[in-house]
Amino acid sequence: MTKRVGMEVSVAIGEMVKMADVDVVAAYPITPQTHIVEHIAELVADGELNAEYVPVESEHSAMSACLGSAAVGARTFTATAGQGLELMHEVLYVASGMRLPIVMTVANRSLAAPLSVWGDHSDVMAVRDTGWIQIFCENGQDVVDNVICAFRIAEDNKVLLPVMVHLDGFHLSHVIEPMLFPEPEEVKDFLPPNKYPLPLNPAKPVAMGDFAPPFIYTEARWAHETALRQSKQTILKVWDEFAGKFGRQYKPVESYRADDAKTLLFTIGSFSETAMTAVDALREEGLDIGLVRLRLWRPFPFEELRAVVKGAETLIVLDRALSVGGPGGPVCSEIRSALYDANPRPKIVSFVGGLGGRDITVDGFSAIVKRGIELAKTGSDREFQMFGVRE
Amino acid sequence: MQNLNIYASKLVEKEESFSPGHRACIGCGEVLAVRLAVKAAGKNVVVVNATGCMEIIASQVPNTSWNVPWIHTLFENTAAVSSGIESGLKAMMRKGLIPQSDTNVVAIAGDGATLDIGFQSLSGAMERGHKLLYICFDNEAYMNTGVQRSSATPFGASTTTSPAGKKSTGQTSWKKDMPALAVAHGIPYVATANPSYPFDLMEKVKKALNVDGPSYIQVMSVCPTGWRCAGDLTIRLGRLSAETGVFPLYEVENGKYKMSLDFPRLRPLTDYTSLQGRFRHLTPEMLGDIQQKVVEKYNEIKAKAGCG
Repeated sequence: MTKRVGMEVSVAIGEMVKMADVDVVAAYPITPQTHIVEHIAELVADGELNAEYVPVESEHSAMSACLGSAAVGARTFTATAGQGLELMHEVLYVASGMRLPIVMTVANRSLAAPLSVWGDHSDVMAVRDTGWIQIFCENGQDVVDNVICAFRIAEDNKVLLPVMVHLDGFHLSHVIEPMLFPEPEEVKDFLPPNKYPLPLNPAKPVAMGDFAPPFIYTEARWAHETALRQSKQTILKVWDEFAGKFGRQYKPVESYRADDAKTLLFTIGSFSETAMTAVDALREEGLDIGLVRLRLWRPFPFEELRAVVKGAETLIVLDRALSVGGPGGPVCSEIRSALYDANPRPKIVSFVGGLGGRDITVDGFSAIVKRGIELAKTGSDREFQMFGVRE
Repeated sequence: MQNLNIYASKLVEKEESFSPGHRACIGCGEVLAVRLAVKAAGKNVVVVNATGCMEIIASQVPNTSWNVPWIHTLFENTAAVSSGIESGLKAMMRKGLIPQSDTNVVAIAGDGATLDIGFQSLSGAMERGHKLLYICFDNEAYMNTGVQRSSATPFGASTTTSPAGKKSTGQTSWKKDMPALAVAHGIPYVATANPSYPFDLMEKVKKALNVDGPSYIQVMSVCPTGWRCAGDLTIRLGRLSAETGVFPLYEVENGKYKMSLDFPRLRPLTDYTSLQGRFRHLTPEMLGDIQQKVVEKYNEIKAKAGCG
């Protein structure tokens, strides 16, 4: 029987890590991720989770310890945010390049300077190319469900890639929400034990992380690319199976009132909940508008994106990160690139906003949409619009 | 060293965990030390290798010298990766996911990977008390990238980033005392070793693997390429490093110092420095100052061992 419980989302992640019966958690405290690992440490301290909790001295070491633990075949989890994700940066490439199925929740946070502990997607976008599977969540229920799915996906022997589950710092990590929790037996049934194919084992020695000269490096990168691209099939299969078992369906690209809409608003992460309310209000006003949210960031869902925008005339993309001195919003940049050859090609307007924890209200979203529709007609001398900025 | 070690060669395991055919330079003291250390560690082991010479020369795809499980990830995180391996094995054994076994985790890294860039990671792992052996193969500079100075480079040595020049006499700082820093972490076993004394080195590895907790061994590793000396002088220079007091051999068990080798009279420093190009620019005066410091440091350690 599925239980509906009100709980802080960070604490709920800990509960799901417990249900996944994780073997090793190596983590370092950083706001706004701390409640996740604090709860896991409590669960281990109380004997509710039979795991090694490794309280490392930095995020670099957190991810490094995860490499070691995953390499011996242990189910491995960590969590981080903002600066912590950046300190892990080089290790992230190793985790994916060595095909180690680590699961990490990231409570998305802005990057210093100036120092800000609040949420945006600056941290995620800086690790875009690290070769991890990356899933965005809209609410607490998404997080709870996708943490379990993440282990299934990462450890599937057809995939063997690490997975980041993104949740907006504070906006999502610190809210108390009613969420449906599966029974431990149901999770056990859905999530088979981790069977890493070639662990470090003295009975059957393997060498991992060899030195690759130019004759093989390109092939290694291509193998990684192929694995990440093909992981989408497994991701879809796992989400379908999850839906069959628990009744909630996740898709790489999800939409709200978007069928045949002339204008589409694009968001990523928790802002889509507010944006949906704005879409309802704008529909009341007679605007032909829908919402599209990207759930799967890597592998990038090219086909699903092209399918969902078919027939739309204007796309308005809101990014919560800024590619400084570049095209503006990284998500918009990728959407533009993916749709460049579309015929007919919709007008695409880029907005950057919600940085460093700044809220965008329903009215804010309405303003973005109206301005976006106007700019689609008139054009702009700017690559992107910085929403709400005091110039 | 105990007398029985003189005859110990017949008792040493013949099977190698580290195969020949690698790409190390002629006369490499480090690769010799690695071979001896992993042989002493036995077959039930996972080796964790920092980026550096040993990784580059022995793991180029599609070849490997390693006959035991081996992993390399990055430069500065070897201790952290090792702690993850130890934790993973521990958790999985406790949960019955893998059979019970006394698998040893042995981290190997150079002096740059240990004393400089990996110092924080090693400090963290030692402080947390993981059961792992960390061996620093100390050739006193970043040899793999072309002989740049590290904090293990001795005073006065000319390297590519502490070059002797018209206004410079080489390295301007004294070698960081890493064994003392390891001791300060309160770990149960710390030692120094040297492949010129192979049985002593192997015994120390075995001893380190028998303690319950972290252990640290720093191994003097002669580098003919970086030290600018002849490749056939490796064993001799290793011995001279001990006999001159430059790199004393000792152990620290639960904080208690013990000299592995002691010399009533140290040989003059120049017996050691004159064979190496990296010290060639030093004047007798400078060598005199260094000699004084070497003796001071040696006596300091001897005093700690209660034989001062």
